[in-house]
Amino acid sequence: MSGNRFNAFKDYGVGIGLRIPHYEHIFAHKPGVDWFEIISENYMVDGGRPLQMLDRIMENYRVVQHGVSMYFGSAQAPDREHLRRLNSLVKRTNTPWLSDHLCWGSVDGTYSHDLLPLPYTWEAVEKTAARIREVRDFVEIPVAVENVSSYAEFVDSEMTEWEFLNEVVERADCGILLDVNNIYVSSVNHDFTPMDYVNAIPAERVAQIHIAGHTRYEKYILDTHDHPVIDPVWQLYARAIERCGPTPTLLEWDDRIPSFEEVWAEARKAERYLEPVKKHKAVEHEEEKQLAEVAQ
Amino acid sequence: MTMPLEELQRTMCAAVMQPLTADEDMQPRDTTGRWSGRAMDEVASGFIAPNDRLTAFERLEIYNRQYWFRIQSAFHEDFPALRAVVGSDRFEALMNAYLAQHPSRSFTLRNLGSKLCDWLAENPGYAGRRLTLALDVARVEWAYIEAFDSAERRSLNDEEVAAVNGDSRLALQPHLQLLALSYPADDLVLDMHQREQRETSEAGTRPELEDEEESTPIRLRKRPTWLAVHRSDFSVYYKRLSAPEYRVLTTLREGKTLAEALDAGFTGSRLSATTQLSRVREWFAAWAQLGWICIPE
Repeated sequence: MSGNRFNAFKDYGVGIGLRIPHYEHIFAHKPGVDWFEIISENYMVDGGRPLQMLDRIMENYRVVQHGVSMYFGSAQAPDREHLRRLNSLVKRTNTPWLSDHLCWGSVDGTYSHDLLPLPYTWEAVEKTAARIREVRDFVEIPVAVENVSSYAEFVDSEMTEWEFLNEVVERADCGILLDVNNIYVSSVNHDFTPMDYVNAIPAERVAQIHIAGHTRYEKYILDTHDHPVIDPVWQLYARAIERCGPTPTLLEWDDRIPSFEEVWAEARKAERYLEPVKKHKAVEHEEEKQLAEVAQ
Repeated sequence: MTMPLEELQRTMCAAVMQPLTADEDMQPRDTTGRWSGRAMDEVASGFIAPNDRLTAFERLEIYNRQYWFRIQSAFHEDFPALRAVVGSDRFEALMNAYLAQHPSRSFTLRNLGSKLCDWLAENPGYAGRRLTLALDVARVEWAYIEAFDSAERRSLNDEEVAAVNGDSRLALQPHLQLLALSYPADDLVLDMHQREQRETSEAGTRPELEDEEESTPIRLRKRPTWLAVHRSDFSVYYKRLSAPEYRVLTTLREGKTLAEALDAGFTGSRLSATTQLSRVREWFAAWAQLGWICIPE
């Protein structure tokens, strides 16, 4: 797969989130997963079993770090201890890029441990972009921001979510972790056309794609990561791949976690969409090469 | 007029962290005093937009519920034995009161219960008639968390152990937790902690807490117990200590010399000097084998 500067030009294929219930299976069977995504905060500890397990995984697999509490959109400065621990883990894992969410979740040192939505305002654009740059400069690797699922909109918003995302990544000069399930969830919750979102993002900045399942309630959808991916989300994924080219893709499954085989089989469905695009890109590449030779 | 980002975040944070009603709904009126008891639908409408299916109140309520469900779930995972000791209903009240006073101040939920033991001692009413046992169990469960993933430093090698004398100041492994208890609460906690699984995720779902069967804890008799909770080969273990051994270790941890620690350990002891020396040798052999002793930083 072709990479870009936001994923350190890595050609990672399909991966899944590393979860404790699967450790035993992974160590016993060494399944052919291309890469694992780890939740950084689970391993930002001083010692013990979490780090031992991570080291064992890294003997056989590539890992990429994904955070849940850097809160790029929080108005106040990042916690220095958090940054220090994150950087220490980055050195340990050699993650080629780092991702976290386009959201906020802490204020005055109190943490919600939730991915709270931002108002789509120019003030939030500037502050969020500044914080992303600060984190990237600290960890010295590419950073990608993930669009979140949201259940509320703010009266103060001045633009659409995808306009907000585009402004932030442009000012921060960072990558995007495009979560197509989150786009779908928010599109239902906020009545927009999800394909408009996928069509609007700067394809050249997409470092990684997330796919996942969700739970539909009577009046809204909740991003629960506890079901297979539904067809409308696969359609968004197909379009994203069409626009971005083959991109590192990861299935998230965080609750009511089924067997490793079931999760991995669900993730591998992404290959149906990736393979044709990869072949098409390969043909394009070959044709360009031949044209160049003829020109010479 | 647009609300500044920081003010909006303070406002939403206060609303999201407001305790839920007994039916797990958002409070109809402000109970924090931040909005002088105003109706929460007015408060929500001040910054949240409605849609054709949900009012501003209902949209904010989704986050209010998610916040509480998530931290309650983490707290349940950390203190299953405490829940068994005080009972489910009392535990819910204890948990909600504690979390309302001590919301997370860390990027990780791992530290959520860090103030619980002190808080419970200051708020004994939440533990009911079994306060002393509840406190002991909470201490053991928190010690387990600390022992599980705290740092491990290089321990003294044989040569360094041989060179130790009365003037030596020694450090203990950061993961080693020392407890003086009124009950052998480790027996109860060990019985309850059949499975430890704590992991941060993005899933915003309510765990099936209400479906859990209430566990009956084993019965304990009051008996002074000195306990080391420590890690070996990445697993957490409980090791009973004698009272003098506990006093020596805690005095060493305070940064005193070995001679001072031994004095503290054997204060009031009727053991002969020879027996005391023999005990110290046994302890040191065990501590060295477990890798508990380090050079101070």
